[in-house]
Amino acid sequence: MLFTIFAALTIAGAVAAISLRNLVHSVLSLILAFAGLAAVYLLLGAQFIGFAQILVYVGAVAILIVFTILLTRNDGTFGTSSQASWNLGALIVIAVFGTLAWTIHSSAALQHALPPQPEATMQQIGTALMVRFALPLEVIGLLLTAALIGAATIALHEKQERP
Amino acid sequence: MTALAYNSLHHASPQAADQIFLIVQHWIVSHAPAGLQSLLAILLSVVAIVGGFGLLFAITTILERKGLGRIQNRYGPNRVGFFGSLQPIADAIKSLTKEDIVPQTADKLVHLLAPILLVLAAFSVYAVLPVGRNMVLVNLDAGVLFFFAIGSVTEVAVFMAGWSSRNKYSLLGAMRAIAQMISYEVPLILSSLTVIMATGSLSTVTIVEKQAGFSRILPHWFLFTPWGFAGFVLFMIAATAESNRSPFDLPEGESEIIAGYYIEYSGFKFALFFLGEYLGMFAISGLAITLFLGGWNAPLPFLTWVPSYLWFFAKLLTLIVAFIWVRGTLPRLRMDQLMNFAWKFMLPMALLNLITAAVWHFMPSGPVRWLVSIVLVVVPYTLLGRNQMHKSHLEKRVYRFAE
Repeated sequence: MLFTIFAALTIAGAVAAISLRNLVHSVLSLILAFAGLAAVYLLLGAQFIGFAQILVYVGAVAILIVFTILLTRNDGTFGTSSQASWNLGALIVIAVFGTLAWTIHSSAALQHALPPQPEATMQQIGTALMVRFALPLEVIGLLLTAALIGAATIALHEKQERP
Repeated sequence: MTALAYNSLHHASPQAADQIFLIVQHWIVSHAPAGLQSLLAILLSVVAIVGGFGLLFAITTILERKGLGRIQNRYGPNRVGFFGSLQPIADAIKSLTKEDIVPQTADKLVHLLAPILLVLAAFSVYAVLPVGRNMVLVNLDAGVLFFFAIGSVTEVAVFMAGWSSRNKYSLLGAMRAIAQMISYEVPLILSSLTVIMATGSLSTVTIVEKQAGFSRILPHWFLFTPWGFAGFVLFMIAATAESNRSPFDLPEGESEIIAGYYIEYSGFKFALFFLGEYLGMFAISGLAITLFLGGWNAPLPFLTWVPSYLWFFAKLLTLIVAFIWVRGTLPRLRMDQLMNFAWKFMLPMALLNLITAAVWHFMPSGPVRWLVSIVLVVVPYTLLGRNQMHKSHLEKRVYRFAE
Protein backbone atom coordinates (compact mmCIF):
# COMPACT_ATOMS: atom_id res chain seq x y z
CA MET A 1 0.00 0.00 0.00
CA LEU A 2 2.62 2.51 1.10
CA PHE A 3 4.96 1.23 -1.56
CA THR A 4 2.30 1.86 -4.22
CA ILE A 5 1.85 5.45 -3.06
CA PHE A 6 5.55 6.23 -3.03
CA ALA A 7 6.21 4.42 -6.30
CA ALA A 8 3.37 6.34 -7.94
CA LEU A 9 4.78 9.58 -6.51
CA THR A 10 8.25 8.81 -7.85
CA ILE A 11 6.97 7.92 -11.30
CA ALA A 12 4.65 10.94 -11.41
CA GLY A 13 7.55 13.20 -10.45
CA ALA A 14 9.83 11.65 -13.06
CA VAL A 15 7.21 11.92 -15.80
CA ALA A 16 6.48 15.53 -14.88
CA ALA A 17 10.21 16.28 -14.87
CA ILE A 18 10.58 15.26 -18.51
CA SER A 19 7.25 16.57 -19.80
CA LEU A 20 6.89 20.01 -18.22
CA ARG A 21 7.85 22.99 -20.38
CA ASN A 22 9.25 25.14 -17.61
CA LEU A 23 12.70 23.97 -16.55
CA VAL A 24 12.31 25.07 -12.95
CA HIS A 25 9.04 23.14 -12.73
CA SER A 26 10.93 20.13 -14.07
CA VAL A 27 13.52 20.46 -11.32
CA LEU A 28 10.83 20.70 -8.66
CA SER A 29 9.17 17.56 -10.07
CA LEU A 30 12.56 15.88 -10.08
CA ILE A 31 12.87 16.74 -6.40
CA LEU A 32 9.51 15.04 -5.86
CA ALA A 33 10.84 11.95 -7.64
CA PHE A 34 14.00 11.99 -5.49
CA ALA A 35 11.93 12.30 -2.32
CA GLY A 36 9.65 9.46 -3.42
CA LEU A 37 12.68 7.28 -4.07
CA ALA A 38 14.05 8.15 -0.62
CA ALA A 39 10.73 7.11 0.90
CA VAL A 40 10.93 3.77 -0.93
CA TYR A 41 14.44 3.24 0.48
CA LEU A 42 13.18 4.01 3.98
CA LEU A 43 10.31 1.61 3.45
CA LEU A 44 12.84 -1.10 2.62
CA GLY A 45 14.59 -0.43 5.93
CA ALA A 46 17.62 1.29 4.42
CA GLN A 47 17.78 4.35 6.66
CA PHE A 48 21.24 5.46 5.65
CA ILE A 49 20.60 5.31 1.92
CA GLY A 50 17.22 6.99 2.36
CA PHE A 51 18.53 9.97 4.30
CA ALA A 52 21.66 10.22 2.18
CA GLN A 53 19.37 10.32 -0.86
CA ILE A 54 17.52 13.33 0.56
CA LEU A 55 20.71 15.05 1.77
CA VAL A 56 22.62 14.59 -1.47
CA TYR A 57 19.96 14.65 -4.18
CA VAL A 58 17.35 17.02 -2.76
CA GLY A 59 19.76 19.19 -0.80
CA ALA A 60 22.67 19.35 -3.22
CA VAL A 61 22.07 17.96 -6.71
CA ALA A 62 18.69 19.64 -7.21
CA ILE A 63 20.03 22.94 -5.92
CA LEU A 64 23.00 22.61 -8.26
CA ILE A 65 20.64 22.09 -11.21
CA VAL A 66 18.62 25.13 -10.11
CA PHE A 67 21.75 27.26 -10.00
CA THR A 68 22.79 26.01 -13.42
CA ILE A 69 19.42 26.87 -14.94
CA LEU A 70 19.22 30.32 -13.40
CA LEU A 71 22.81 31.19 -14.31
CA THR A 72 22.49 30.10 -17.94
CA ARG A 73 19.07 31.27 -19.12
CA ASN A 74 16.78 34.02 -18.07
CA ASP A 75 13.24 32.75 -18.36
CA GLY A 76 13.76 29.09 -17.57
CA THR A 77 11.57 27.96 -20.47
CA PHE A 78 12.63 26.55 -23.76
CA GLY A 79 11.14 25.90 -27.15
CA THR A 80 9.90 22.67 -28.65
CA SER A 81 12.57 20.27 -29.75
CA SER A 82 12.71 18.87 -33.25
CA GLN A 83 11.29 15.53 -34.37
CA ALA A 84 14.76 14.17 -35.11
CA SER A 85 16.02 14.68 -31.57
CA TRP A 86 12.83 13.05 -30.23
CA ASN A 87 13.47 9.99 -32.40
CA LEU A 88 17.09 9.81 -31.33
CA GLY A 89 16.10 10.18 -27.68
CA ALA A 90 13.50 7.45 -27.96
CA LEU A 91 16.02 5.16 -29.62
CA ILE A 92 18.58 5.68 -26.84
CA VAL A 93 15.94 5.18 -24.16
CA ILE A 94 14.74 1.92 -25.69
CA ALA A 95 18.31 0.68 -26.13
CA VAL A 96 19.28 1.45 -22.52
CA PHE A 97 16.07 0.00 -21.14
CA GLY A 98 16.41 -3.12 -23.27
CA THR A 99 20.00 -3.70 -22.21
CA LEU A 100 19.18 -3.25 -18.53
CA ALA A 101 16.07 -5.42 -18.69
CA TRP A 102 17.91 -8.18 -20.54
CA THR A 103 20.84 -8.07 -18.08
CA ILE A 104 18.57 -8.20 -15.07
CA HIS A 105 16.46 -10.95 -16.57
CA SER A 106 19.40 -13.17 -17.45
CA SER A 107 21.45 -12.46 -14.33
CA ALA A 108 22.18 -15.24 -11.88
CA ALA A 109 20.87 -13.22 -8.95
CA LEU A 110 17.27 -13.92 -9.94
CA GLN A 111 17.75 -17.69 -9.86
CA HIS A 112 18.59 -17.93 -6.15
CA ALA A 113 16.07 -17.46 -3.43
CA LEU A 114 16.54 -14.21 -1.53
CA PRO A 115 18.85 -14.53 1.48
CA PRO A 116 17.42 -13.39 4.82
CA GLN A 117 17.54 -9.63 4.94
CA PRO A 118 20.50 -8.51 7.03
CA GLU A 119 19.80 -5.73 9.51
CA ALA A 120 22.45 -3.18 8.58
CA THR A 121 22.94 -0.66 11.36
CA MET A 122 24.63 2.67 10.89
CA GLN A 123 27.61 1.36 12.81
CA GLN A 124 28.04 -1.59 10.45
CA ILE A 125 27.84 0.67 7.41
CA GLY A 126 30.37 3.03 8.96
CA THR A 127 32.77 0.23 9.84
CA ALA A 128 32.46 -1.26 6.37
CA LEU A 129 33.17 2.11 4.75
CA MET A 130 36.11 2.88 7.00
CA VAL A 131 37.75 -0.56 7.09
CA ARG A 132 36.86 -2.78 4.18
CA PHE A 133 36.11 -0.10 1.60
CA ALA A 134 38.58 2.49 2.89
CA LEU A 135 40.56 2.61 -0.35
CA PRO A 136 37.60 3.21 -2.71
CA LEU A 137 36.32 5.84 -0.29
CA GLU A 138 39.68 7.61 -0.30
CA VAL A 139 39.88 7.46 -4.07
CA ILE A 140 36.42 8.98 -4.43
CA GLY A 141 37.35 11.65 -1.90
CA LEU A 142 40.49 12.50 -3.85
CA LEU A 143 38.54 12.64 -7.10
CA LEU A 144 35.92 14.97 -5.62
CA THR A 145 38.60 17.22 -4.11
CA ALA A 146 40.31 17.43 -7.49
CA ALA A 147 36.99 18.34 -9.09
CA LEU A 148 36.37 20.98 -6.43
CA ILE A 149 39.79 22.54 -6.94
CA GLY A 150 39.26 22.44 -10.69
CA ALA A 151 35.91 24.20 -10.41
CA ALA A 152 37.39 26.83 -8.11
CA THR A 153 40.27 27.40 -10.55
CA ILE A 154 37.87 27.90 -13.45
CA ALA A 155 35.76 30.27 -11.38
CA LEU A 156 38.77 32.29 -10.23
CA HIS A 157 40.09 32.68 -13.76
CA GLU A 158 37.61 35.41 -14.62
CA LYS A 159 38.80 37.56 -11.75
CA GLN A 160 42.44 37.48 -12.80
CA GLU A 161 41.71 38.70 -16.31
CA ARG A 162 40.71 42.11 -15.05
CA PRO A 163 43.51 44.52 -14.21
CA MET B 1 4.75 0.40 30.08
CA THR B 2 1.51 1.63 31.58
CA ALA B 3 2.05 -0.31 34.79
CA LEU B 4 5.50 1.17 35.11
CA ALA B 5 4.14 4.65 34.55
CA TYR B 6 1.46 4.16 37.23
CA ASN B 7 4.06 2.83 39.65
CA SER B 8 6.17 5.92 39.34
CA LEU B 9 3.03 8.03 39.71
CA HIS B 10 2.19 6.39 43.02
CA HIS B 11 5.66 6.92 44.42
CA ALA B 12 5.35 10.67 44.15
CA SER B 13 9.02 11.30 43.52
CA PRO B 14 11.21 13.48 41.31
CA GLN B 15 10.88 10.74 38.68
CA ALA B 16 7.13 11.35 38.48
CA ALA B 17 7.69 15.04 37.79
CA ASP B 18 10.35 14.10 35.27
CA GLN B 19 8.09 11.71 33.39
CA ILE B 20 4.83 13.61 33.91
CA PHE B 21 4.19 14.08 30.19
CA LEU B 22 4.78 10.41 29.47
CA ILE B 23 2.47 9.42 32.32
CA VAL B 24 -0.25 11.71 31.01
CA GLN B 25 0.24 10.34 27.52
CA HIS B 26 -0.05 6.74 28.74
CA TRP B 27 -3.14 7.64 30.74
CA ILE B 28 -4.88 9.20 27.73
CA VAL B 29 -3.83 6.38 25.40
CA SER B 30 -5.01 3.67 27.81
CA HIS B 31 -8.57 5.02 27.51
CA ALA B 32 -8.61 4.77 23.74
CA PRO B 33 -9.74 1.67 21.80
CA ALA B 34 -6.93 -0.86 21.32
CA GLY B 35 -6.66 -0.42 17.57
CA LEU B 36 -6.08 3.32 17.80
CA GLN B 37 -3.64 3.34 20.70
CA SER B 38 -0.35 3.54 18.82
CA LEU B 39 -1.75 6.12 16.43
CA LEU B 40 -3.05 8.20 19.32
CA ALA B 41 0.31 8.03 21.10
CA ILE B 42 2.11 9.38 18.03
CA LEU B 43 -0.57 12.01 17.50
CA LEU B 44 -0.24 13.23 21.09
CA SER B 45 3.55 13.53 20.76
CA VAL B 46 3.17 15.49 17.54
CA VAL B 47 0.58 17.78 19.11
CA ALA B 48 2.95 18.32 22.06
CA ILE B 49 5.83 19.21 19.75
CA VAL B 50 3.77 21.55 17.57
CA GLY B 51 2.10 23.17 20.57
CA GLY B 52 5.21 23.43 22.71
CA PHE B 53 7.50 24.86 20.09
CA GLY B 54 4.71 27.02 18.68
CA LEU B 55 4.34 28.53 22.14
CA LEU B 56 8.10 28.98 22.36
CA PHE B 57 7.92 30.82 19.03
CA ALA B 58 5.35 33.23 20.47
CA ILE B 59 7.47 33.79 23.58
CA THR B 60 10.60 34.32 21.50
CA THR B 61 9.03 36.98 19.26
CA ILE B 62 8.13 39.14 22.26
CA LEU B 63 11.47 38.38 23.93
CA GLU B 64 13.34 39.36 20.80
CA ARG B 65 11.41 42.56 20.20
CA LYS B 66 11.78 43.60 23.81
CA GLY B 67 15.44 42.63 23.90
CA LEU B 68 16.28 44.39 20.66
CA GLY B 69 14.38 47.41 21.92
CA ARG B 70 16.47 47.45 25.04
CA ILE B 71 19.72 47.14 23.06
CA GLN B 72 18.65 49.89 20.67
CA ASN B 73 17.56 52.16 23.53
CA ARG B 74 13.82 52.11 22.90
CA TYR B 75 10.82 50.44 24.53
CA GLY B 76 9.78 47.79 22.05
CA PRO B 77 6.14 46.68 22.04
CA ASN B 78 4.44 48.01 25.16
CA ARG B 79 0.78 48.54 24.27
CA VAL B 80 -0.94 45.13 24.29
CA GLY B 81 -1.26 43.57 27.72
CA PHE B 82 1.10 43.99 30.65
CA PHE B 83 4.33 45.52 29.29
CA GLY B 84 3.33 44.34 25.82
CA SER B 85 3.26 40.72 26.89
CA LEU B 86 0.18 39.90 24.79
CA GLN B 87 1.76 41.26 21.62
CA PRO B 88 2.25 37.79 20.05
CA ILE B 89 -1.52 37.16 20.24
CA ALA B 90 -2.22 40.49 18.60
CA ASP B 91 0.35 39.68 15.92
CA ALA B 92 -1.24 36.29 15.30
CA ILE B 93 -4.74 37.78 14.92
CA LYS B 94 -3.36 40.45 12.63
CA SER B 95 -1.55 38.00 10.35
CA LEU B 96 -4.62 35.74 10.20
CA THR B 97 -6.98 38.55 9.21
CA LYS B 98 -4.69 40.27 6.72
CA GLU B 99 -5.37 39.95 3.03
CA ASP B 100 -3.30 37.35 1.26
CA ILE B 101 -1.76 39.07 -1.75
CA VAL B 102 -0.27 36.95 -4.52
CA PRO B 103 1.51 38.79 -7.36
CA GLN B 104 -0.27 38.50 -10.68
CA THR B 105 2.74 37.08 -12.49
CA ALA B 106 3.67 34.73 -9.66
CA ASP B 107 3.75 31.00 -10.11
CA LYS B 108 0.65 30.41 -7.98
CA LEU B 109 1.16 26.76 -7.03
CA VAL B 110 4.85 27.02 -6.17
CA HIS B 111 4.18 30.30 -4.37
CA LEU B 112 1.62 28.52 -2.20
CA LEU B 113 3.70 25.39 -1.57
CA ALA B 114 6.92 27.16 -0.50
CA PRO B 115 5.87 28.31 3.01
CA ILE B 116 4.09 25.00 3.64
CA LEU B 117 7.19 23.00 2.73
CA LEU B 118 9.36 25.25 4.89
CA VAL B 119 7.20 24.80 7.99
CA LEU B 120 6.81 21.06 7.36
CA ALA B 121 10.57 20.61 7.11
CA ALA B 122 11.13 22.80 10.17
CA PHE B 123 8.72 20.74 12.27
CA SER B 124 9.92 17.35 10.98
CA VAL B 125 13.39 17.69 12.47
CA TYR B 126 11.94 17.87 15.98
CA ALA B 127 11.10 14.17 15.65
CA VAL B 128 14.68 13.23 16.59
CA LEU B 129 15.37 15.88 19.25
CA PRO B 130 15.33 14.41 22.76
CA VAL B 131 13.70 17.20 24.80
CA GLY B 132 13.78 15.17 28.02
CA ARG B 133 14.41 11.73 29.47
CA ASN B 134 12.51 9.24 27.24
CA MET B 135 10.98 12.24 25.49
CA VAL B 136 11.82 11.76 21.84
CA LEU B 137 9.33 11.03 19.09
CA VAL B 138 11.50 8.52 17.23
CA ASN B 139 14.91 7.26 18.26
CA LEU B 140 16.35 6.83 14.78
CA ASP B 141 19.58 4.94 14.28
CA ALA B 142 20.59 7.72 11.90
CA GLY B 143 19.05 10.59 13.85
CA VAL B 144 21.66 13.26 13.18
CA LEU B 145 21.71 12.34 9.49
CA PHE B 146 17.92 12.66 9.42
CA PHE B 147 18.22 16.12 10.97
CA PHE B 148 20.65 17.35 8.33
CA ALA B 149 18.78 15.66 5.48
CA ILE B 150 15.47 17.29 6.37
CA GLY B 151 17.28 20.53 7.13
CA SER B 152 18.55 20.64 3.56
CA VAL B 153 14.96 20.58 2.30
CA THR B 154 14.52 24.15 3.58
CA GLU B 155 16.89 25.26 0.81
CA VAL B 156 14.40 23.97 -1.74
CA ALA B 157 11.57 25.82 0.03
CA VAL B 158 13.57 29.04 0.03
CA PHE B 159 14.32 28.68 -3.65
CA MET B 160 10.65 27.99 -4.44
CA ALA B 161 9.63 31.13 -2.57
CA GLY B 162 12.24 33.31 -4.22
CA TRP B 163 11.72 32.05 -7.73
CA SER B 164 7.93 31.82 -7.78
CA SER B 165 7.44 35.42 -6.68
CA ARG B 166 8.83 36.74 -10.00
CA ASN B 167 10.55 39.54 -8.19
CA LYS B 168 14.23 40.21 -8.73
CA TYR B 169 14.78 41.06 -5.10
CA SER B 170 13.20 37.87 -3.89
CA LEU B 171 15.22 35.84 -6.39
CA LEU B 172 18.41 37.58 -5.32
CA GLY B 173 17.54 36.91 -1.70
CA ALA B 174 16.85 33.25 -2.42
CA MET B 175 20.14 32.83 -4.28
CA ARG B 176 22.01 34.49 -1.45
CA ALA B 177 20.24 32.30 1.08
CA ILE B 178 21.00 29.10 -0.79
CA ALA B 179 24.64 30.01 -1.40
CA GLN B 180 25.02 30.83 2.27
CA MET B 181 23.21 27.70 3.47
CA ILE B 182 25.29 25.41 1.26
CA SER B 183 28.54 27.06 2.31
CA TYR B 184 27.81 26.89 6.01
CA GLU B 185 26.31 23.43 5.89
CA VAL B 186 29.84 22.04 5.37
CA PRO B 187 31.37 23.39 8.63
CA LEU B 188 28.08 22.68 10.41
CA ILE B 189 28.19 18.99 9.55
CA LEU B 190 31.96 18.72 10.00
CA SER B 191 31.84 20.28 13.46
CA SER B 192 29.08 17.91 14.58
CA LEU B 193 31.05 15.00 13.13
CA THR B 194 33.48 15.25 16.04
CA VAL B 195 30.71 14.29 18.44
CA ILE B 196 29.68 11.40 16.22
CA MET B 197 33.31 10.23 16.20
CA ALA B 198 33.45 10.44 19.99
CA THR B 199 30.20 8.60 20.62
CA GLY B 200 30.31 6.22 17.67
CA SER B 201 26.61 6.77 17.07
CA LEU B 202 24.31 8.91 14.97
CA SER B 203 21.40 8.42 17.33
CA THR B 204 20.58 11.58 19.27
CA VAL B 205 19.43 9.55 22.28
CA THR B 206 22.75 7.67 22.50
CA ILE B 207 24.69 10.92 22.14
CA VAL B 208 22.83 12.43 25.10
CA GLU B 209 23.29 9.26 27.17
CA LYS B 210 27.05 9.32 26.55
CA GLN B 211 27.19 12.80 28.11
CA ALA B 212 25.54 11.78 31.38
CA GLY B 213 27.52 11.70 34.61
CA PHE B 214 29.96 13.98 36.35
CA SER B 215 33.66 14.14 37.19
CA ARG B 216 33.41 15.66 40.66
CA ILE B 217 31.39 18.75 39.71
CA LEU B 218 32.10 19.00 35.98
CA PRO B 219 29.47 17.32 33.78
CA HIS B 220 30.65 15.03 30.98
CA TRP B 221 29.41 17.37 28.27
CA PHE B 222 31.44 17.55 25.11
CA LEU B 223 31.57 21.30 25.58
CA PHE B 224 34.14 20.75 28.31
CA THR B 225 36.74 19.21 26.03
CA PRO B 226 39.03 21.29 23.78
CA TRP B 227 37.61 19.85 20.58
CA GLY B 228 34.08 20.05 21.93
CA PHE B 229 34.46 23.71 22.79
CA ALA B 230 35.91 24.54 19.38
CA GLY B 231 33.25 22.39 17.75
CA PHE B 232 30.48 24.11 19.68
CA VAL B 233 31.67 27.58 18.70
CA LEU B 234 32.01 26.56 15.05
CA PHE B 235 28.61 24.86 15.18
CA MET B 236 26.88 27.91 16.62
CA ILE B 237 28.45 30.26 14.05
CA ALA B 238 27.40 27.93 11.24
CA ALA B 239 23.96 27.57 12.84
CA THR B 240 23.52 31.34 12.88
CA ALA B 241 24.35 31.44 9.19
CA GLU B 242 22.16 28.45 8.48
CA SER B 243 19.15 30.07 10.12
CA ASN B 244 19.81 33.33 8.23
CA ARG B 245 20.11 35.40 11.35
CA SER B 246 22.14 38.51 11.91
CA PRO B 247 25.10 38.99 11.35
CA PHE B 248 24.49 36.52 8.52
CA ASP B 249 21.12 37.95 7.47
CA LEU B 250 22.22 38.91 3.96
CA PRO B 251 19.34 36.97 2.38
CA GLU B 252 16.94 39.34 4.12
CA GLY B 253 19.10 42.46 3.92
CA GLU B 254 16.25 44.94 4.40
CA SER B 255 18.48 47.86 3.44
CA GLU B 256 19.57 46.40 0.09
CA ILE B 257 17.09 43.79 -1.11
CA ILE B 258 14.13 44.82 1.06
CA ALA B 259 13.35 41.46 2.66
CA GLY B 260 14.81 38.81 0.43
CA TYR B 261 12.90 35.77 -0.66
CA TYR B 262 9.67 36.51 1.19
CA ILE B 263 9.00 40.03 -0.11
CA GLU B 264 5.92 38.93 -2.00
CA TYR B 265 4.36 37.11 0.91
CA SER B 266 1.76 38.72 3.10
CA GLY B 267 -0.64 37.80 5.84
CA PHE B 268 -0.61 34.23 7.04
CA LYS B 269 1.94 32.98 4.51
CA PHE B 270 4.38 35.58 5.75
CA ALA B 271 3.70 34.42 9.30
CA LEU B 272 4.48 30.87 8.17
CA PHE B 273 7.87 32.01 6.88
CA PHE B 274 8.49 33.76 10.15
CA LEU B 275 7.48 30.63 12.04
CA GLY B 276 9.63 28.39 9.84
CA GLU B 277 12.67 30.54 10.36
CA TYR B 278 12.31 30.61 14.13
CA LEU B 279 11.55 26.89 14.27
CA GLY B 280 14.73 26.28 12.30
CA MET B 281 16.66 28.32 14.83
CA PHE B 282 15.16 26.41 17.77
CA ALA B 283 15.81 23.07 16.09
CA ILE B 284 19.43 23.79 15.34
CA SER B 285 19.93 25.13 18.87
CA GLY B 286 18.31 21.94 20.12
CA LEU B 287 20.78 19.92 18.09
CA ALA B 288 23.65 21.97 19.51
CA ILE B 289 22.34 21.21 23.01
CA THR B 290 22.05 17.52 22.14
CA LEU B 291 25.52 17.33 20.63
CA PHE B 292 27.60 19.55 22.89
CA LEU B 293 25.62 20.70 25.93
CA GLY B 294 24.59 17.32 27.28
CA GLY B 295 21.00 17.36 26.04
CA TRP B 296 18.58 17.19 28.95
CA ASN B 297 21.29 16.37 31.51
CA ALA B 298 21.61 18.61 34.55
CA PRO B 299 24.68 20.88 34.68
CA LEU B 300 25.51 20.15 38.31
CA PRO B 301 25.34 16.84 40.23
CA PHE B 302 23.05 18.15 43.00
CA LEU B 303 20.54 19.50 40.49
CA THR B 304 19.60 16.18 38.93
CA TRP B 305 16.20 16.21 40.69
CA VAL B 306 15.02 19.04 38.41
CA PRO B 307 12.92 17.51 35.57
CA SER B 308 15.01 16.84 32.48
CA TYR B 309 12.81 18.75 30.01
CA LEU B 310 13.23 21.89 32.13
CA TRP B 311 16.98 21.66 31.59
CA PHE B 312 16.53 21.27 27.87
CA PHE B 313 14.29 24.31 27.63
CA ALA B 314 16.51 26.33 29.97
CA LYS B 315 19.49 25.64 27.71
CA LEU B 316 17.37 26.40 24.65
CA LEU B 317 16.25 29.75 26.06
CA THR B 318 19.85 30.59 26.94
CA LEU B 319 20.91 29.95 23.35
CA ILE B 320 17.94 31.97 22.05
CA VAL B 321 18.92 34.91 24.25
CA ALA B 322 22.47 34.60 22.88
CA PHE B 323 21.06 34.68 19.34
CA ILE B 324 19.06 37.83 20.15
CA TRP B 325 22.07 39.45 21.76
CA VAL B 326 24.26 38.73 18.75
CA ARG B 327 21.56 40.07 16.43
CA GLY B 328 21.30 43.28 18.38
CA THR B 329 24.99 44.01 18.58
CA LEU B 330 26.75 42.83 15.42
CA PRO B 331 26.65 44.51 12.00
CA ARG B 332 25.82 42.52 8.90
CA LEU B 333 28.62 40.90 6.92
CA ARG B 334 29.32 41.64 3.27
CA MET B 335 28.85 38.82 0.76
CA ASP B 336 32.58 38.33 0.06
CA GLN B 337 33.38 38.42 3.79
CA LEU B 338 30.70 35.81 4.35
CA MET B 339 32.12 33.43 1.75
CA ASN B 340 35.74 34.00 2.75
CA PHE B 341 34.86 33.34 6.35
CA ALA B 342 33.09 30.10 5.49
CA TRP B 343 35.68 28.61 3.18
CA LYS B 344 38.95 30.02 4.49
CA PHE B 345 38.34 30.02 8.22
CA MET B 346 35.41 27.80 9.22
CA LEU B 347 36.24 24.89 6.92
CA PRO B 348 39.95 24.53 7.87
CA MET B 349 39.10 24.95 11.55
CA ALA B 350 36.39 22.30 11.33
CA LEU B 351 38.73 19.89 9.53
CA LEU B 352 41.52 20.46 12.07
CA ASN B 353 39.00 19.96 14.84
CA LEU B 354 38.32 16.48 13.49
CA ILE B 355 42.01 15.70 13.94
CA THR B 356 41.93 17.17 17.46
CA ALA B 357 39.00 14.94 18.34
CA ALA B 358 40.85 11.90 16.99
CA VAL B 359 43.99 12.79 18.99
CA TRP B 360 41.85 13.24 22.10
CA HIS B 361 40.27 9.86 21.52
CA PHE B 362 43.53 7.95 21.12
CA MET B 363 45.68 9.63 23.78
CA PRO B 364 45.53 8.36 27.37
CA SER B 365 43.58 10.71 29.61
CA GLY B 366 45.62 13.14 31.63
CA PRO B 367 47.03 16.66 31.51
CA VAL B 368 49.18 15.87 28.45
CA ARG B 369 46.06 15.12 26.42
CA TRP B 370 44.52 18.42 27.47
CA LEU B 371 47.68 20.32 26.58
CA VAL B 372 48.10 18.72 23.15
CA SER B 373 44.42 19.23 22.30
CA ILE B 374 44.39 22.85 23.42
CA VAL B 375 47.52 23.53 21.36
CA LEU B 376 45.85 21.83 18.37
CA VAL B 377 42.87 24.19 18.71
CA VAL B 378 44.53 27.47 19.68
CA VAL B 379 47.52 27.50 17.31
CA PRO B 380 45.54 27.03 14.06
CA TYR B 381 42.97 29.52 15.32
CA THR B 382 45.62 32.17 15.90
CA LEU B 383 47.46 31.48 12.65
CA LEU B 384 44.32 31.38 10.51
CA GLY B 385 42.87 34.45 12.17
CA ARG B 386 46.05 36.46 11.70
CA ASN B 387 46.38 35.32 8.13
CA GLN B 388 42.82 36.37 7.39
CA MET B 389 43.27 39.75 9.05
CA HIS B 390 46.47 40.28 7.13
CA LYS B 391 44.90 39.33 3.83
CA SER B 392 41.73 41.35 4.18
CA HIS B 393 42.91 44.59 2.68
CA LEU B 394 41.06 47.16 4.68
CA GLU B 395 40.60 49.75 1.98
CA LYS B 396 37.91 51.25 -0.19
CA ARG B 397 36.02 48.53 -2.01
CA VAL B 398 36.21 48.42 -5.79
CA TYR B 399 32.85 47.53 -7.33
CA ARG B 400 33.23 45.37 -10.38
CA PHE B 401 29.66 44.90 -11.51
CA ALA B 402 27.81 47.98 -10.35
CA GLU B 403 29.46 50.91 -12.07
